[in-house]
Amino acid sequence: MDILSLFIVLPVLTVLVLVFTKNLKQARMVALAGSLVQLGMAINLIFAYLKEIKTNDAIMVFIKDVVWFKNFNIHYNIGVDGISVALLVLTAIVVLAGVFISWKMEDLPKEFFISLIVLSIGVYGFFISIDLFTMFVFFEIAVIPMYLLIGIWGTGPREFSAMKLTLMLMGASAVLLVGILGIYFNSDSDGGALTFNILEIAKVNIPFEVQRLFFPITFIGFAVIGALFPFHTWSPDGHASAPTAVSMLHAGVLMKLGGYGVFRVAIYLLPEGALHWSWFFIILSAFGVIYGAFAAIKQTDLKYINAYSSVSHLGLVLFALLMLNKTAWNGAILQSLSHGFMTALFFALIGMIYGRTHTRDVTKLGGLLKVIPFISAVYVIAGLASLGLPGFSGFVAEMNIFVGAFENDNIYYRIGTVIAVSAIVVTAVYILRVVGIMLMGPVNNEAYLNLERVRWYEKLGILLLLLPIIAIGVAPLWLSELILKSLDPFLKGVL
Amino acid sequence: MNFSSFLLMRQEIALLVIILLLVIAEIFIPKKKKVSIVHLALFLFGIHAIIGFFEIDESSLFGGMFRTNHLIHFFKNVLNIGVLILLLQSADWIQEKIVNQNKGSEFFILLFSSLLGIYFMISAGDFLMFYLGLELSTLPVTALAAYETMKRISSESGIKLILSSALASGVSLFGISMLYASTGSIYFSEVVQVLSSTNLTLLGMVLLFAGISFKISLVPFHFWTADVYEGAPISIASYLSVISKGGAVFILMILLFTVLRPLAHIWENMIYVIAIATMFIGNLFALRQQNMKRFLAFSSIAQAGFILLGIMEGSKLGTATVVYFVLIYIFSNLAAFGVIQAISLQTGKERIKDYEGLYRTNPNLSLVLMLALFSLAGIPPVAGFFGKFFLFTAAASKGFYLLVFLAVVNVTISLYYYLIVVRAMFLRKGENPIPFFRNKIYMRIGLVITVLGILLLGIYSPIYDYIYDLSSALN
Repeated sequence: MDILSLFIVLPVLTVLVLVFTKNLKQARMVALAGSLVQLGMAINLIFAYLKEIKTNDAIMVFIKDVVWFKNFNIHYNIGVDGISVALLVLTAIVVLAGVFISWKMEDLPKEFFISLIVLSIGVYGFFISIDLFTMFVFFEIAVIPMYLLIGIWGTGPREFSAMKLTLMLMGASAVLLVGILGIYFNSDSDGGALTFNILEIAKVNIPFEVQRLFFPITFIGFAVIGALFPFHTWSPDGHASAPTAVSMLHAGVLMKLGGYGVFRVAIYLLPEGALHWSWFFIILSAFGVIYGAFAAIKQTDLKYINAYSSVSHLGLVLFALLMLNKTAWNGAILQSLSHGFMTALFFALIGMIYGRTHTRDVTKLGGLLKVIPFISAVYVIAGLASLGLPGFSGFVAEMNIFVGAFENDNIYYRIGTVIAVSAIVVTAVYILRVVGIMLMGPVNNEAYLNLERVRWYEKLGILLLLLPIIAIGVAPLWLSELILKSLDPFLKGVL
Repeated sequence: MNFSSFLLMRQEIALLVIILLLVIAEIFIPKKKKVSIVHLALFLFGIHAIIGFFEIDESSLFGGMFRTNHLIHFFKNVLNIGVLILLLQSADWIQEKIVNQNKGSEFFILLFSSLLGIYFMISAGDFLMFYLGLELSTLPVTALAAYETMKRISSESGIKLILSSALASGVSLFGISMLYASTGSIYFSEVVQVLSSTNLTLLGMVLLFAGISFKISLVPFHFWTADVYEGAPISIASYLSVISKGGAVFILMILLFTVLRPLAHIWENMIYVIAIATMFIGNLFALRQQNMKRFLAFSSIAQAGFILLGIMEGSKLGTATVVYFVLIYIFSNLAAFGVIQAISLQTGKERIKDYEGLYRTNPNLSLVLMLALFSLAGIPPVAGFFGKFFLFTAAASKGFYLLVFLAVVNVTISLYYYLIVVRAMFLRKGENPIPFFRNKIYMRIGLVITVLGILLLGIYSPIYDYIYDLSSALN
C-alpha cells in the first residue's frame, strides 16, 4: 500500500469498525484512534515529502496511477505537492479536534462519527487526486454527509439549512461537471488522447475560445463551496444550524475545497481563461470580502458572526488566487490554512459557550472572562489572530496577499486591493465588539456563575487548533518553503 | 433449419417451457399446497436466469425475423436478473395475498409471458416481430395491473393501462405501415437501405416513436404512468418502471441507431426537445408527491429523460452508456420498490409521511432505501453516479453542452425530492413511526442483491468495459 492511498483506506477501515460499535464510548474511541493515526500519517507525510523533493523534481510526488475505466481513460491517480500536503495536515488536525469536541455526542453517536469520517474521506481524496474524475467523485462524497450531519444533529431550522446547503453545493458540483466534461473533451487539442489527468491536461494548449467558455463554469462550480459572493448564502445558515464539530470541519476544511479546486483546476488548466475573466471575479470576491465583514458587524448570533467572517476571509483567498502571481498565491494558501485552524477554533469555542450558557446571542452574554477564563482567553487569542495581529497566522497570510496584490501595477487591481484591504478594519470592529460585550464587563446573568469547568477533551481539542495558529504566525518560513516550490508550475500558464 | 439453429432462441424456448410447466403444476398441485407454486416458479426462473449467462451464437432465424447477438443476449440476461429480483421481492406478497385467492400461478404465467414479449421485441429483425413482441409484452401486464381485483384503484389502473397502451400500439402500427408504404419492406436490414427523408417516412417515424415513447413514458406520453403505478400492485409497478421500460429503451435504441439511422439528423432534434421536456416535467411533478409510488413514477419519468442523453450520442459510446445506465437503474429502482413493498406488505402504509422516523425503528431498510435513492440521484460512490456521469459524457462528446447543463440542473432538482424521503426517514422522529419488523428470507435476498449491485456496479469498472466491448454489435 502506498503512502497516499492509506489516507483513504484508513478512514474506510475506521468506518467499517465503527459500524460494529455499540455505544458512544466505543464509537468515540474508534473514531479517536482512527483520526490519531491519520494525524500521525499526515505529519509523517510532511517529512517524507520534504525528503522526497530533494531528489525528485516532479510536480507531484508519490504518484500512484491505476487505470479505472479504460474506455474513458479514467484513472485512479493520486499524488501530492506541497499545497496538498499542507491541506492534508490541516484536515487531519481539524478532524481530530472535531472528534474531541464531539466527545459527548449522545444522540446516535455511531452514525455521527461514521458521517464525520466519511466526510473526511471525501476531503482527503479530493486533496490527493490528480485525475479530474476521481477528484469530482471525492468532492461529492465530501458534500453529501453534510446533509445528514446538519439535518440529524443540528439545531434551529436544521432541516431547512441542511437542504439549502446540500442543494446549493450539489448544484454547484453539477455545474462543475459540465466544466470538467468541457475540459476533458478538449484535452486532445494537441493531438493526444482524451484524458482526465490534470498534469497531462496542463501541458495541452487548450484553445482560447474553449478556455473562455469553460473557465467561468469551472470557477463558479468550485467557488460556491468557497463562499463566493453571491453564492455564499448557504454558508451562514448551514453553519448556524450545524453541530459544533460539523461547523468546524465544514468551515475549517470543506470550504477549502473551493479555493483548492479553483487553483488546481480552473486556474492551472485554463490559464488564458483566468486572465480573461479575472477582472470580473475580482469584483465579486473583493465585494464578498467587504460584504462578509459588514454583515458580521450586524449579527448577534455568534455562529452567524463567524460564518460571515468566513465569507469575508475566504473571499480573500479567491481574491488572492485571481491576482495570478506567486506572492499572492502563497498568501492564499497560507490564508486557507490559517483560516482553517482559526475558524475551527472559533466554532469549537462557540460550541463550548453554547453548551454551557444555552445561548449564542451576544447581547445576552457578558463577563464570561470571569467565569470560564480558559475558553474566553482562547477566544480573545483567536479573535486577535483573525483580525490579523502580527505573531499569528492571519497576519502572515494577509500580508502576503496584499503585497502580492499590489505587485499588479494595473490601476484596476490596485483599486480592488484597496477595497479588500479596508475589510481588515471592519474585521477588527466585529471581533472586538464581541470580545467587549461577551467577555468583558460584569457577569450579567447569575446562572453563569456556576458554569461547568473546561474538560480535558475540550482543552485538547482547543490546543490542537491553537498551536498551529501560533506556529504559522511565529515561524512562517518553513511552511512557505513547503508551498513556494509547488507554485512554480502554476505560473507557467499565466505569464 | 435444424435443431442447433433453434438454440439461438434458447432463452425464449426456456421461458416458454417454464410457462408450460407452471400450467401443468397448477393442475397437479393440490389446493392446500398452492403456496409451493411460488417456490417452484422462483426455482425454475432462477435456473433460467443462470443458464442464460452461457454464450450464444450471433445469427438470425426465420429469414431475418428473429436475430440475436451478444449485446441482445446480454440485455436479456439483465432483464432476467431484474425479474428474478422482482420475484424474490414479491414472493411474500404472492404467498400471503394472491395464492389464497387461487390465482398464484397465473401471476407468474402472465409475468413471464410479458417478459417473453420483451425478448421477442428486442430480438426482432423486422417490424412484424417487433409489433408482436410489443403487444405480447403489454397485454399480460394490463391484467396484472388489475390483479388486486378487490381494490377499485387497481382495476382502474388496469383499465387505464390497457386503453392507453392499445392506443399507443395502434399508433406505432400506423407508423410502421407508413414506413412500409414508403420503403416496401418490413425487414430492418432492407428498410435502412432505402429509407430517405420524405414526409411519409418522417410521419411514420414520429408515430412509431410515439408508440415506444409511451412504454418508456416520455413526455408527452407519460400521463398514464403515475395513476397506473399508484393503483397497480407494487411488484407490477416496479415491473413497469424497470423491466418494461428497460426493454423499450433498448428497442428504441436499436430502431434509432440501425433502422432509422438515415434520419438521424431529424430524430436528434426531436429527442433533444423531448429529453428536456421529460426531465423537467418528471422532476417538477415529483417535487410535490405524497405517495411513494407516485413519487417513484415521476422519478422514473425523469430518469427516462436522462437516458435520452445517451441516445443522443447515436453510436457505440451511446449504446454502452445507455445499457450500463439501464443495468444500474434496474438495481436502484428495484431496491427502492423492494423497500416500499416490504413496508406496504407489513403495514399497508405508502405515503412519504408514514416513513418518518423509519431509521430509528428499521435502520436496515432505511439504509437500503437511502442507498437506492442516492443511486437514483447520482451521488457517488454508489452506482447511479457512474451511470449518469457516463450518459452526460456521451452527450457532451457530441458537443451538446447546453443539454448536459440542463440535465445537471435537473439532477439538482431531483436531489431535492430524493432528499425529502431521506429527510423523512432520518431527520424526523415521527409521531407514529412504523414499528420494527423482520423481512422473510426471499425479500431479504432480493434486497441484498440490489444493494450489492448498487455498491459494486459503479466502482467495479470491468462491467462497463464488458458492455462497451459488446456495444459495437449495434453499429
